[in-house]
Amino acid sequence: MANPQLNGHGELHHLLTIEGLPREILVKILDTAAPFAEVSEREVKKVPLLRGKSVFNLFFEPSTRTRTTFEIAAKRLSADVLNLNISTSSQTKGESLLDTIDNLSAMHADMFVVRHASSGAAHFIAQHVAPHIHVINAGDGRHAHPTQGLLDMYTIRHYKKDFTNLVVAVVGDILHSRVARSQLHALTTLGVPEVRVIAPKTLLPAEVERMGVRVFHDMREGLKDVDVVMTLRLQNERMQGALLPSPQEFFKFYGLTPDKLALARPGAIVMHPGPMNRGVEIDSAVADGPHAVILPQVTFGIAVRMAVMSMLAGG
Amino acid sequence: MQIPDAEQLLSTLVEQMRPHVDSETALVGIHTGGAWLAERLHAELGLTLPLGIIDPSFYRDDYARRGLHARPRPSNIPFEVKGCSIVIVDDVLYTGRTIRAALNELFDYGRPARVDLAVLADRGGRELPICARYCAHTLMVEPGHNLQLEREDDGRLSLRLIHG
Repeated sequence: MANPQLNGHGELHHLLTIEGLPREILVKILDTAAPFAEVSEREVKKVPLLRGKSVFNLFFEPSTRTRTTFEIAAKRLSADVLNLNISTSSQTKGESLLDTIDNLSAMHADMFVVRHASSGAAHFIAQHVAPHIHVINAGDGRHAHPTQGLLDMYTIRHYKKDFTNLVVAVVGDILHSRVARSQLHALTTLGVPEVRVIAPKTLLPAEVERMGVRVFHDMREGLKDVDVVMTLRLQNERMQGALLPSPQEFFKFYGLTPDKLALARPGAIVMHPGPMNRGVEIDSAVADGPHAVILPQVTFGIAVRMAVMSMLAGG
Repeated sequence: MQIPDAEQLLSTLVEQMRPHVDSETALVGIHTGGAWLAERLHAELGLTLPLGIIDPSFYRDDYARRGLHARPRPSNIPFEVKGCSIVIVDDVLYTGRTIRAALNELFDYGRPARVDLAVLADRGGRELPICARYCAHTLMVEPGHNLQLEREDDGRLSLRLIHG
């Protein structure tokens, strides 16, 4: 089956998931993001590429950082942006998802940025919309969060230059994390030779090894000689049943503390997609310490989203 | 068609510009050919303001038709544009659309005192009211062909005609 994200020329038409995208497209997005990062440092932080286009941020699930950075990205491209928090809108009145999409399409939408609690929601919308409309997945259930994965790759490349000599560890709640899935697909596609996941068995998806990663349950063992530590938020809101004794217990074994981080390579960087639970998955001394690149991740996220939007909307 | 020698044209361009530039003049080269040329002009004219590089991909008028140009590069304007006397440098002047895009980008950095244009060659075919103040050579190249600047490993510049 053809990749539903690509058009007939093999160019990106929607961005739904990193899984299955060729390496060249990922590299092109990262390369394109670099000049957009420069735009955000100017006095006039705006270029006219998406002038006259209407971008709808459809958030069926709450989000601050992702929605805001998509909004800023679209505005810096000169698009008109509308934010819809659907959880508080028509859907509570009973309108179906596709009726909502049809209504917004009738308002001449050019692009939908979709965040939804159900895995596959963005794919579903992409299959439904008219051919001139582009869909970006801003997080669907446990499935994918491709722009987060891409901004993480941009951050790694910014600090480490080359993917092909790195050891990268993803730590924490992999089971519930769409961010982790996007990161793992991106890391392996970009040629990182050793990708590790570090988590208790209860927070790992079944057969995670098949994604091409090494599994560690002992954090100290897993952090040995890593170049990049990607911490994840413990997703209490998605947990059903007793997967963990307590957040305190989790912190003891899987919280990133300075003494555990000391096992990584000296120049290691520490990342977190936000929002952080300090004292649960990450110690404040690490989050605010010299290895953390958590705030640059946010800044780079704008450039990466500008790159994705402009690659989709052009031509 | 006789393709002129780029190194000779460069010398001509330097002599055209020399009487009109001073320590207040800034050069902005258009990525990539214009940037190579601007680098050489900057050195030979002994200019003191740092060299600017511009990639006007985000300001082009063909984005809706052709999409983003392959591999855009970051622009770098390391001086205060406001009140500055700027010479935009490009290798070959054709439709004028690239220069229009570069002007728009430049004005997002500030309001220059004046902007001039220097090119190695003007190949005709203008589609906008744009004219170079400094131009070392004029020739007519058929539409569909591409006249472009190339740079050897030793830094020597040459012009090449690519048949479309």
